[in-house]
Amino acid sequence: MSRMLLLVGTRKGCFVLEAGVDRKKWKIRGPYCEAWPIYHAIYDSESGSIYAAAGSEWFGATIWRSTDLGETWEQSSEGLAYENGDLKLSKVSSVAAAHGRLLVGAEAAGLFESRDGGQTFSLLTTLDGLPGRDKWNNPDNQPPGHLGLSAILPHPEDPNRLWVIVQGHSIFETTDGGETWTPRNRGLRADWPLENPEVGYCVHKLVLAPDRERMYQQNHVGMHRSDDAGKSWVEISEGLPTEFGFAAAVHPHDRETFYVIPLDPGHGRCMPDGKAAVWRTKDAGATWERLDRGLPQQDAFVGVLREGMSNDELDTPGLYFGTSTGQVFASADEGETWSEIASYLPGISSVEVAVVQ
Amino acid sequence: MAEVHVPSALQPLFDGLPRRMDVDAATVAEAIDRLDERWPGLRDRLCEPGPMLRRHIAVYVDRERAALDAPLEKGSRVDVIAAISGG
Repeated sequence: MSRMLLLVGTRKGCFVLEAGVDRKKWKIRGPYCEAWPIYHAIYDSESGSIYAAAGSEWFGATIWRSTDLGETWEQSSEGLAYENGDLKLSKVSSVAAAHGRLLVGAEAAGLFESRDGGQTFSLLTTLDGLPGRDKWNNPDNQPPGHLGLSAILPHPEDPNRLWVIVQGHSIFETTDGGETWTPRNRGLRADWPLENPEVGYCVHKLVLAPDRERMYQQNHVGMHRSDDAGKSWVEISEGLPTEFGFAAAVHPHDRETFYVIPLDPGHGRCMPDGKAAVWRTKDAGATWERLDRGLPQQDAFVGVLREGMSNDELDTPGLYFGTSTGQVFASADEGETWSEIASYLPGISSVEVAVVQ
Repeated sequence: MAEVHVPSALQPLFDGLPRRMDVDAATVAEAIDRLDERWPGLRDRLCEPGPMLRRHIAVYVDRERAALDAPLEKGSRVDVIAAISGG
């Protein structure tokens, strides 16, 4: 029988929330991964495994894996290191699985792969020679929370095509499996001086619509849309309460619909005015609507990080987000109404959803 | 043969890892190598590439702070300590 699995990465381990496909009643399991800080936890539908990118202050960065939906876990970081040169791997910040391989993004910025289900890893690239590469590896240029290669977006059908984000600098795309990379920032805004107009953009989250051509991104400065798979971008921030945020999600069946969680752009980085809301466009960013039924509307100073929102792919898709103060909210009706399904988890870094048997 | 003590926080990561074990090694690094042979991946939890001890891992040989190249003698006691911290 199918059931829903919500993987929640937190500052104190990975949690698994489970429900039937009606998505009404959720049970919480965990904490897993020995309560290590988890930056991103995913479900790989090809192998049926859960992978969690973790970093312990004491024992370093590793990838935890579970082949039984979280009941038992192992970890390995074999090959997950910069053996030569001046780069130091301080954390693994992002993970993705597609086309028979596991991809891991690291700080300092590098992309690793595993072809044996997370037992061993090899370095694919540190993006040498690309514009900005020396700058993003200079510690003087790295902001608090620096995550290096902070996101990986594989193309669902083309195994040689994927996009990565180097936090604070650029989207890069490869169409040849990682041999060559191209910056994909044309049309983006930067409210700071750029030495090279090709790079220097602060992309927080990149998502791909179901037509595989339209993309949306939540940027440090503005929401943006691409109609040519990232080759060019237009800003779609008008109508939103702020231009800042981290999380974003698509509608799995409608290329026009996209969700964001605007945050106070100051250092508080909470939802504005202590009122929680997700914002939705159903016309590719021309207009926006506030979705807050069931979300707290008083003294709710909560934030959501870049991997903190996810959507399922059911006929009436569900949306989920986890806050940096440990609440998880779920909607089973495309964001129209929300309920709080976990209240007291550790601070949440990531939320991913899967349907499993 | 040195007597090596490891942090309890390592035990859930490696099947059957005891807190205390006897290890035949001439240096701290060799002792960690012997443990890594028996429990693959254990060195990665204690050391960074170089190799060097991770920032918050300390090793003491007979109660003296020691580096990876510190020599071990027959009967040396090696304590591997995860730094105390909160939060």
